[in-house]
Amino acid sequence: MSDTTDFYAQPGEETQGTVYTAMGGDWAHIATEQAERSDEILVINMGPQHPSTHGVLRLILECDGETVLSIRPGIGFLHTGIEKNMEYRTWTQGSTFVTRMDYVAPIFNEVAYCLAVERLLGIEDAIPQRATVIRVLMMELNRIASHLVAIGTGGMEIGALTVMTIGFREREMILDFFEAVTGLRMNHAYMRPGGVANDLPETGIAQLRELIAWLHKHLPEYAAFCNENPIFKMRMIGIGHQDLSACMALGVSGPVLRSTGYDWDLRKQQPYCGYETYEFESKAWQPTDGWASSDSYARFRIRLDEMWESLKIVEQCADRLEASRGEPVMVADPKIAWPAQLALGPDGQGNSHEHIKHIMGESMEALIHHFKIVTEGFRVPPGQAYVPIESPKGEIACHVVSDGGTKPFRVHMRDPGFNHLQSVPIQCEGGMISDVVVAVGSLDPVMGGVDR
Amino acid sequence: MSDNGPDKKLPGEEKSVDEPVEGTDSAPGAGLEREDAQPDEALDTVAQVPAGVHVIQTRKGMWSDGSGDTSGYGRIVRSVELPNAGLPSEGWYTGVTGRLLKLVPDALVRVVFDRGELTFFVAREKLTEVMGQLRDDAQLRFEFLPSVSGVNYPDDEGAELHVVYHLQSMTHNRRLRVETTAPDDDPHVPSVVPLYPAADWHERETWDMFGIVFDGHPHLTRILMPDDWVGHPQRKDYPLGGIPVEYKGATVPPPDQRRSYR
Repeated sequence: MSDTTDFYAQPGEETQGTVYTAMGGDWAHIATEQAERSDEILVINMGPQHPSTHGVLRLILECDGETVLSIRPGIGFLHTGIEKNMEYRTWTQGSTFVTRMDYVAPIFNEVAYCLAVERLLGIEDAIPQRATVIRVLMMELNRIASHLVAIGTGGMEIGALTVMTIGFREREMILDFFEAVTGLRMNHAYMRPGGVANDLPETGIAQLRELIAWLHKHLPEYAAFCNENPIFKMRMIGIGHQDLSACMALGVSGPVLRSTGYDWDLRKQQPYCGYETYEFESKAWQPTDGWASSDSYARFRIRLDEMWESLKIVEQCADRLEASRGEPVMVADPKIAWPAQLALGPDGQGNSHEHIKHIMGESMEALIHHFKIVTEGFRVPPGQAYVPIESPKGEIACHVVSDGGTKPFRVHMRDPGFNHLQSVPIQCEGGMISDVVVAVGSLDPVMGGVDR
Repeated sequence: MSDNGPDKKLPGEEKSVDEPVEGTDSAPGAGLEREDAQPDEALDTVAQVPAGVHVIQTRKGMWSDGSGDTSGYGRIVRSVELPNAGLPSEGWYTGVTGRLLKLVPDALVRVVFDRGELTFFVAREKLTEVMGQLRDDAQLRFEFLPSVSGVNYPDDEGAELHVVYHLQSMTHNRRLRVETTAPDDDPHVPSVVPLYPAADWHERETWDMFGIVFDGHPHLTRILMPDDWVGHPQRKDYPLGGIPVEYKGATVPPPDQRRSYR
């Protein structure tokens, strides 16, 4: 077949360069012919609608055979303008927006945002102890849920489907608890500047104890399935390698940073929410027995270990919550606190009959106050704050600027996934195309957080 | 910037090896010792850097936007200031400021300390040099750049666009914010990607959202918005969008045009 005849050219159109046409011969012949030309660089567009790219991530690959020569991530497909929208809502409504960023770990978005607003308000020390303990409890359960998604979907992408099915089973138990506490499985808007939206339901602690027992029973399954599974190890070890200096240069944190052996966990290094009073360890991967570090396998093992550490914290939280039953969960200042102590009804909606009775039947001033704080919100003194916390993925931080108004002047979320995707080229170039999926899975990006 | 000529040295090259390093630099959180090790003249230079508050806006009236102010306070004029408590005598803050001023004299336009967070305001001409020293010097060693973001202050005349760099020193366990400004009619800031590769996507996002051009960035393209998008959405003059909603003859305007409190 002639190399320069283009069957699809319009009349009068000039053909330039080689024309590749896969027709008119058997495949082996075509393949040999292409191999002889030795210019078989293939441009592959992977995503944004691809099951293995964790949502709408687009990867543009240049491949020589199955070897990746160059890879460029393209993001922005899930950009929803959350940061801009928040500038037109009250500070409390901001919780509802940030929770939709990283939807696999929504509690962390909310806590980072609330801590930043509280720093601007200067009420960091006035947050009730019980509210902080509930925050820690929800964060650590959410960390387990998020790691389960990372491990589960990462396993599914390399064919370990059972890891996914059992991962989502455990996650669903955690989300059931979230639903009992906040009313929703995801998108909670449960953390509010000043505390949390409502206290645990009456059966909350009992359900939590059941959940802890369930996790104790089922978390060992992941290690049993995967840790020594030869196929799993062959797919993971040495894949997605990124050493410490590359992590530092590219702003990579969280389990990916700790997989290099550097023990950097903000819960330990810069404690917030009273993490210094809990007993747990931060986990960094030390290579043993010839296992490489800084790779996908190390990240998997760190996530596995961290789930156990989180479970330790959850148990300590349960004890503390039992001891502090009945204490307030919202800051005392009525100029900031949400007026009602809501209770979760059977319909999943928060409501407070006592509060309604009070404002509708007893006190005109209370009604005015309710109306003002709900529609107008509170004012936050001018200034800016940057509060980082340790999310399951790494450092998530909220940069908040206030001009003294009832609405944020500017909110910027630093999502760890945004930084981590920058390191896809350094992890994947020169490797096999099938390993791209493993490397991206080990970074655990959630596009809702990346694109915001 | 225009002065990025070939004769200009990179910040890392400007430091000589034989320059003595004061104090220990291995123990995290050892700020107090290092502060003691600072010579008095460094403290004097720190004292000369302008502190003061930063007025970002002047406001008329008290309550609302989008309709007449019925509160009776409509003619009150007040200025919105970002507060500044001044450098505390305790902690590492004075030591770090003094060290930076020793390495880069007149590096700082203003030093702001507020709510436990230290901010260096740096002129954009000095940005690359300052960031280079902050990263490389053993006593500063802010080796990790978690975040870059922009803020648009439309009323901050001659400095409408701010770029905010958040730095983390893992060696010393400290955090620092570096802020630089650019006017609306010349929205150029030098890129720090050669120093901190992590800034790559962050600067692209800041360009995308605020229209700030980072000179020297390897490929400054849009990242979140589509390539052919017009305008920079996070700027304050960019409308939120939305359509008026009509219900039983009355019209509810979109959120950014509604009457609202502030």
